[in-house]
Amino acid sequence: MTGLLSLITYAPLVGVAGILILRLLRGAEDAGVVNASKWIALVATVATFLLSILLVVQFDPANPGFQFVEDVPWFAGISYRMGVDGISVLFVLLTAFLMPLCIAASWRSIENRVPEYMIAFLVLETLVIGVFCALDIVLFYIFFEFGLVPMFLIIGIWGGARRVYAAFKFFLYTLLGSVLMLAAILAMIGISGTSSIPELMAYKFDPSLQTWLWLAFFASFAVKMPMWPVHTWLPDAHVEAPTAGSVILAGILLKMGGYGFMRFSLPMFPNASELFTPLVFALSVIAVVYTSLVAFRQTDIKKLIAYSSVAHMGFVTMGIFSGNAQGEQGALFQMISHGVISGALFLCVGVVYDRMHTREIAFYGGLVNRMPWYAAVFMLFTMGNVGLPGTSGFVGEILTMTGAYQASTWAAIVAATGVILSAVYALSLYRRVIFGELVNPKLSAIDDLDWREWAIFVPLIVSTLYLGVQPNSVFNVTAASVDQLVSVYRAAVGG
Amino acid sequence: MTFSADLGLAFPELILAGGALLLLVWGAFAPRMTTALAAAAIVILLGAAVATATGPFGRAFSGGLISDAAATFAKVAIYVACAVCIPLGQRWFERRGVRNFEFPVLILLAALGMGMMASAGDLISLYVGVELHSLALYVLAAMRRDDGKASEAGLKYFVLGSLSSGLLLYGASLVYGFAGSTIFTDIAAAAQGGANTGLLFGLVFMICGLAFKVSAAPFHMWTPDVYEGAPTPIVAFFAAAPKLAAMVLFARLLGEGFAGAVPQWQQVLVAIALISVFVGAFAGLAQKNLKRLWAYSSIANIGYAVLGLASGTGEGVQAMLVFMVLYMIDVTGFFACLSALSRQGRSMETLEDMAGLIKEQPGIALAMTAFSLSALGLPPFSGFWAKVYVFKAAIDAGLGWAAVAGLVGSVVAAFYYLRLIKVMWFDAASGATDKPAIEARLIAVGLAVFSFPVVLIALTWLDPAAARAAAAFGLA
Repeated sequence: MTGLLSLITYAPLVGVAGILILRLLRGAEDAGVVNASKWIALVATVATFLLSILLVVQFDPANPGFQFVEDVPWFAGISYRMGVDGISVLFVLLTAFLMPLCIAASWRSIENRVPEYMIAFLVLETLVIGVFCALDIVLFYIFFEFGLVPMFLIIGIWGGARRVYAAFKFFLYTLLGSVLMLAAILAMIGISGTSSIPELMAYKFDPSLQTWLWLAFFASFAVKMPMWPVHTWLPDAHVEAPTAGSVILAGILLKMGGYGFMRFSLPMFPNASELFTPLVFALSVIAVVYTSLVAFRQTDIKKLIAYSSVAHMGFVTMGIFSGNAQGEQGALFQMISHGVISGALFLCVGVVYDRMHTREIAFYGGLVNRMPWYAAVFMLFTMGNVGLPGTSGFVGEILTMTGAYQASTWAAIVAATGVILSAVYALSLYRRVIFGELVNPKLSAIDDLDWREWAIFVPLIVSTLYLGVQPNSVFNVTAASVDQLVSVYRAAVGG
Repeated sequence: MTFSADLGLAFPELILAGGALLLLVWGAFAPRMTTALAAAAIVILLGAAVATATGPFGRAFSGGLISDAAATFAKVAIYVACAVCIPLGQRWFERRGVRNFEFPVLILLAALGMGMMASAGDLISLYVGVELHSLALYVLAAMRRDDGKASEAGLKYFVLGSLSSGLLLYGASLVYGFAGSTIFTDIAAAAQGGANTGLLFGLVFMICGLAFKVSAAPFHMWTPDVYEGAPTPIVAFFAAAPKLAAMVLFARLLGEGFAGAVPQWQQVLVAIALISVFVGAFAGLAQKNLKRLWAYSSIANIGYAVLGLASGTGEGVQAMLVFMVLYMIDVTGFFACLSALSRQGRSMETLEDMAGLIKEQPGIALAMTAFSLSALGLPPFSGFWAKVYVFKAAIDAGLGWAAVAGLVGSVVAAFYYLRLIKVMWFDAASGATDKPAIEARLIAVGLAVFSFPVVLIALTWLDPAAARAAAAFGLA
């Protein structure tokens, strides 16, 4: 069914058009418009999610190539090309899955400029899905880069106290990485004469040139991922962003970096990827160990989870550059699973933040006395974050480490300590927030989850557990494409 | 070629010259009919654009005037840009009590000069074109003669512009002396296989003079002062079309006259380009006045256009042409926004004035956001495509390092564009604004819609048109 991908990509924009028309007719401050824009956004994102389920159902897992391809010539050799394979299709689903939850999570916590907020999220959804579907490198860059603007506005308008600083840091950091990638993209088009991603994947670039191109792409994706030492924008952005913004940032935007490595760096520059594998492993191991330790010392819940994201992404980069099927599968699985779990954790923070308007760990304590259900939900996702068997977090970590073990024993062994460290910071956070006596008098009237929050958490709980016990549901979709990626990579580096 | 055929090739210029003189006489007898005069000027400009687009190709007056794909491309863009600026300026002046009928006449004369620059085939028509358009611009900058700042801007512009004309003329005389001819094609024969010292000396002077006209660093000093002092709609005019005319002239001189000496002028141009990019990026960081800020932005952007030209290839010239057309839309649009805004009759020109503009004037604030993001080079706005063309040409010509340096410069400049967006979107509003003039608002929003999404369709014909135009310059 051609056109389905464009339909999914641009479906949220229909919602944007609806909100804009309402605004023009009734004015921005009208209470009816505010309410209607929430419902329009919810309907648009749910519709997108249903369409993406249709996409996954129709997707042929046995075919390693690109499916649902759309190809319309544009100008100067650039085409409007869309398509998904086993690597990208689940990211589309993940994005479409998290977006309605984000809208629902913002239902009450966003009070001013609600229509604009909904527009920003819907535009962001279009751009993120576009990133995963684009099969033309220029088109990819457009989606990838323009995603900065809605996120800049989300952090800057609806963020916390230091929102302006965080928004600028986020934008400029990412932009610097991206412009280097743009230079590499233009050089690749000039040399190969094509901007089509499938053709570029088949094109053999000169190994010495690959080094430069790889570094330029690495600059962009490493910032996006983010890898140590260019991760410092992430804690600021997370802390200042509204809850839904953090969910999208951790759940989806970070995955664009890992996706980029698997889509561009590995297949297009295999020799350079092999050359730089020790560098990536070193940075990943530092990320896993160092940021886990940093996370342990945080006093702000969101910052702690942000650092834990950096550590988890370290496993992902290690898995990707291990260059074998376990590593790639594990990295993909880890990204999907982390998208769900970290999103859920930020939503857990949002629950107490909406009630108390602080994220200080020291403020809380003993919440289990007033919020038993919340404690149970938070426990589940904490366990998922630690990588407890039975949750989705376990599968990704074990596979990436198996893959990395084959490529570099030492890196895998050092990284394995990260699993222990993650238990240390995650469980101590849980203990400090949930257990103990309820001493803070301000907490004495705090309420447990309401039905809206349950509606948000239930899908996340179900998917965390389902992925934990049924990981094959993911692997079946990704296997063919990953096998092809690995075999092409192995053939190119001669291993 | 017969004289009548020559006149046929110069038909668009004749329309403009005749039209300007006619309006001058009309205005002298009926100075109150400013609106009708302005409308007539627009008709004349659009008529000239149509005449250019449908006119024959060839060389007239022994090669002094060229009509080819390049000249046609540039002149149509220039005439349309001039036509857009007339309603913008006319009403702006009227609302401030200036009712000079000379305004549209001066725009017509400037357009004539720019048309000649785009069509120049020898050093004489080059100089006549440059002087004609410059003199009109000096007067336009000082149109509000009771305003001290505008007079200062006009005087500064005049003195420094004269200096650059002197450099240009001096270089032209040297080139003529060493090549033995003023015709570009004859100069090319003399410069075959590399220019000799005398020719090169002359060329460098001419490059300096032209760099002055396009406000490329290190010849940019006049730009911020003149932009700040001159009336805003006039800035919208002379930040756009004259730059395109001068860049086309630049390409004509280098491509037609010095195609054999590419390595010799390439290094000069790369230096000018990168200095412009970084001066524009870093100096812009300190600006609080938006007109000065955008002056530095234009310096940086001209740096990118010069970088395209510095590639020394047909692809590079094509990139420069696409860049300039898309840049003209941005800069005209931005100054149209500025000219539309006022608070209790006072122009809003500083960064603080824009606080919370998204609430006060959502349409104009959105347009300004689009122009800022476009000037930043963010996809999918027009400025992104402009930069893509330039950087691709530079990389393909082996100037990859210069392209990377230019991209890094654009990240530095990103800060001040973002700051403007931040002030408009994040900060609290600082008081009600006046109702913006309808024509300025229409032009601003129209150009913003062009910047995105119309540009995505427009490029499908801009790309081949610029390629055809670039092929006419003689660079491979």
